[in-house]
Amino acid sequence: MPKTGSRIAAVAAFLVVLGACGSQASPGITATDPGVTATEIKIGATFPLSGTASFYYAVAKGATAYFTYINKEKGGVNGRQINYVVLDDGYDPSKTPDKARQLVQDEKVFATFGDLGTPNNKAVRDYYNAQKVPQLFVFTGASTWGADYDKFPYTIGWQPDYVTEATIYAKYIVANAPSSKIAILYQNDAYGQDGWNGFKNALGSNVSMVVSETKYNAGDPTDMRSQVNVMKASGADTFFVIATPGYAASAVTNAYISGWKPKIYMNQVAASTTTWRSVIKNVGNSSPVDGMISARYLKDPNDSGFANDAGILQYKTILDKYGNGCQFADNFCVAGMAFAFSVVDVLKKAGTNMTRQNVVDIAAGQLSETDNFLVLPGIKVHTSKTHRFPISQLQTIKWTTDHWEPFGSIQDGRPT
Amino acid sequence: MRRLPAVRPEIVGLVVVGGVVLIGLPTVTNQFYTFEFAKVAIFVIALLGLNILTGYSGQISLGNGAFMAVGGYTTAILVHGPGVPYWATIPAAGLLAGAAGVLIGIPALRLAGIYLALATFALALSIPPVLNHFDSFTGGHSGIVMPPVLAPFGLDLSQEQWLYYLNAGIALALFAFAWGVVRSRTGRAFMAIRDSETAAVASGINLAYYKTLAFGLSAFYAGVAGSLLAIATSYLNPDSFGLSLSLALLVGIVIGGLGLDFGAVLGGLFVVWLPYFAEKASGLQIGVFSFPGKPDIIFGALLILILFFAPNGAAGFLRRGWLWYLSLRGGRAGGGAGAH
Amino acid sequence: MLAFIQQIVSGIATGGIYASLALALVLVYRAMDVANFAQGEMATFSTFISYSLIEYAHFDFWTAFVITIVLSFILGIGIERLLIRPFEGAPVLTLVIVTLGLFTIINGVTGLVWGYVFKEYRGAFISQPVRFGGLYLDTQDLGVLAVVLVMLLLLYLFFSRTKIGLAMRAASLYPDSSRLLGVRVGWMLALGWGLAAAVGAVSGMMVAPIIFLDPNMMQSILLFAFAAAVLGGIESPLGAVVGGLAIGIVMALVGTYIPGGQDLRLAFGLIVIVVVLLLRPAGLFGRAAVRRV
Repeated sequence: MPKTGSRIAAVAAFLVVLGACGSQASPGITATDPGVTATEIKIGATFPLSGTASFYYAVAKGATAYFTYINKEKGGVNGRQINYVVLDDGYDPSKTPDKARQLVQDEKVFATFGDLGTPNNKAVRDYYNAQKVPQLFVFTGASTWGADYDKFPYTIGWQPDYVTEATIYAKYIVANAPSSKIAILYQNDAYGQDGWNGFKNALGSNVSMVVSETKYNAGDPTDMRSQVNVMKASGADTFFVIATPGYAASAVTNAYISGWKPKIYMNQVAASTTTWRSVIKNVGNSSPVDGMISARYLKDPNDSGFANDAGILQYKTILDKYGNGCQFADNFCVAGMAFAFSVVDVLKKAGTNMTRQNVVDIAAGQLSETDNFLVLPGIKVHTSKTHRFPISQLQTIKWTTDHWEPFGSIQDGRPT
Repeated sequence: MRRLPAVRPEIVGLVVVGGVVLIGLPTVTNQFYTFEFAKVAIFVIALLGLNILTGYSGQISLGNGAFMAVGGYTTAILVHGPGVPYWATIPAAGLLAGAAGVLIGIPALRLAGIYLALATFALALSIPPVLNHFDSFTGGHSGIVMPPVLAPFGLDLSQEQWLYYLNAGIALALFAFAWGVVRSRTGRAFMAIRDSETAAVASGINLAYYKTLAFGLSAFYAGVAGSLLAIATSYLNPDSFGLSLSLALLVGIVIGGLGLDFGAVLGGLFVVWLPYFAEKASGLQIGVFSFPGKPDIIFGALLILILFFAPNGAAGFLRRGWLWYLSLRGGRAGGGAGAH
Repeated sequence: MLAFIQQIVSGIATGGIYASLALALVLVYRAMDVANFAQGEMATFSTFISYSLIEYAHFDFWTAFVITIVLSFILGIGIERLLIRPFEGAPVLTLVIVTLGLFTIINGVTGLVWGYVFKEYRGAFISQPVRFGGLYLDTQDLGVLAVVLVMLLLLYLFFSRTKIGLAMRAASLYPDSSRLLGVRVGWMLALGWGLAAAVGAVSGMMVAPIIFLDPNMMQSILLFAFAAAVLGGIESPLGAVVGGLAIGIVMALVGTYIPGGQDLRLAFGLIVIVVVLLLRPAGLFGRAAVRRV
């Protein structure tokens, strides 16, 4: 009885020959890898479709809407339709390896784009790199994707990372309010710790400005009263919040109710306009939120300043036709579509050389995008041998009555 | 000379077929499916343990995920730090988890029913924060990355295939052990305690000893399962060991069949494959019903549907089927050959 | 010292949130010895219904409040008749898993219908600080606590002074004897679910302004509500309220004053609960099952 391995090798060889025959029959392709045929590019990603993090699924929906638009109205990419296979790992990093194998070995995708979650991506980074399957534009702001690129060349991020953002705030505070007393609230996981460490490092010798440090666990009830009481008692006059929307809103509301009036710096994960409008509705006025500083890199559909922006109008049109339930007001839909634009950008540039290696080289080293219709003008999506962080710029914004107002110029969080 | 007990020919047939399927499976499936079946084996082991605790000794536990965490992290820390070979950590993981189980079992003696459920529930909830907190030890939320496990002795197996054979082999051994325990004096003591503690004590059974033993055994199994999980996924993070894992185990054993021999086996299959099918189904469109991106709706519906047809779990359902089949054959026993 | 008292006051406020949902859990458990995992999701769903009534049908809050309570009551009865009744006679754990299935279904449907963007939901009151003696509370907290106490009182009167309440108690304790006396045991069960759903709806509508309205709103609350109900003695509404307040206070103090307590708040809090249970194995107000062997 033939050994298992040689039997599988025989089947694999047969399939390779089949595949080779197939690709010779397809015009216009010089080289292909699995997942690419004459008519289709199959890409995939893991997202939390169920469980407490399922709100992130809007990113996948936004991306899918854009891909559908490209497929239906632009004839796909270089004549091939994009097939985006999204699988559910429930935000559980022990399930992501299963889904990664499902994508690579069952669905046979060409590459993955936008896998969501820091521990989830860490769980499969070794696997994707060993299999030489691109793990591109992972949807997490951890700094390791760019920082450790040389060890894991098939993996790269996309959104501005947490260290970039924290650095921007730290520099601003040191330059504009050097005698501040800072209290920080952060989520006790990789996301919060990354930002907190970035902030501390960026403060440098000024780190003594931090007088109070409190944390909470994702999964705690969204009631930050107790933490706010502690920070208020520390006498801090500045409040840096590294928290997701529910916890951030609770912290800010409770600060107001308790009579504490610090200068608030809000991490961009919780910057969505709808969150703060909820707080204003609860409290009846905007004083808890006025003057709060944050940053953004995407256009905001809830900001009337973008009401006539061509990019946002196109976003609306695409959502109306192909949105599949993604809500106009959901900033994650915007993020998904913006990211999908970059994906299409990369695939277009790959042209006829549709190999995994080529796509990785482009995404991680040759990207130079200034026309992303949903990224703020002036922010460049670019990568090079010395810049493995596709987006490292943010526009500082300040809350004014009922919306975010940009102020100052676009900040660079990392050397270009 | 004692005769071996007569074994029905159907059983022999089933065992042979089962054995062929078990050994031959990875040769006909792709690496993804092989990996999934390797995961099935892991859950079978964990469920065997939970079955001993809840099914046979009647002590409800919503916290066996915590014991899996003990096992998993034992393996991860030993492999990552001092570089202990992964296979050597498996028994260590089991034993450490078993000790934890005994420790938990002692205060659990005072609690019963919903109160025990809450206490074990509290255990499950506390594990991720505790793992996160002692991050110098556990790697915290960044997790522990381990080197991928490859087939030993230069065997011509892929990683997934080796994991499958390793896990299935251990599962088989532990299944046999559980089978033996259930049929031994210990097992009878467990069941006596489950059915009536008062009667059990009246017949001289040492409640404290057996109840704690059940916890320890259950935790041992969970620890081994946790260790194998760490080995299979090559990465550990506290998020994997929260309440949802313990709940998945409970769902698994109830759907599989609580207190029945094959409950753990069927449960393991359900734990891995039910979400897979729910996800596939959610992509379909049946008339006006479609739940794009919401596999949990289908999953919940399937759970309820399966339990409706099999309130004692799949094993209970199959058992009824088997008894019905036996009654057919037995009813014709006098007729001998060929009676239809 | 003031900071310490403030933590206690804030803890009571948070505890009120747990207590409100815990009352609903107690109602179902009294009726059928099952912890309803889906209680929080049912409450969230009800709150979203009230949101839609306010936002799209332009009802004012209190009208929507009443309509939602009635609708939730009917929904609770419906769920019991359609999904629980078929499992009559099934083992308890099977029923628990059914409620888990219900949990995922309702959570998924809520997410599908309303999405995950936070909804603007003012609720009954505007959040305003209420100051007294250097301490502060939110008007929302007073609302929650007041409503919890009112519900507690109403439930007490219902179970001890009305015929139906008495029938419900009889049906859950002695179903066979009750049937012989003409009590429609099945419908008493349905009533229990209906009441629980209504109580849950009230809970959701009162706490949504505090914890913000999205489909996952009640998930972490459910865990603590469960702990509160059990700690209080799973069949006692008073116990659920006391349990909830106690847990709120303990969590606040543990998180603030115990070193390492910030992120181990949950673990320490749960240890306290388990210790209390070990001392009183039937909860604070539960009936101890005496067993002499």
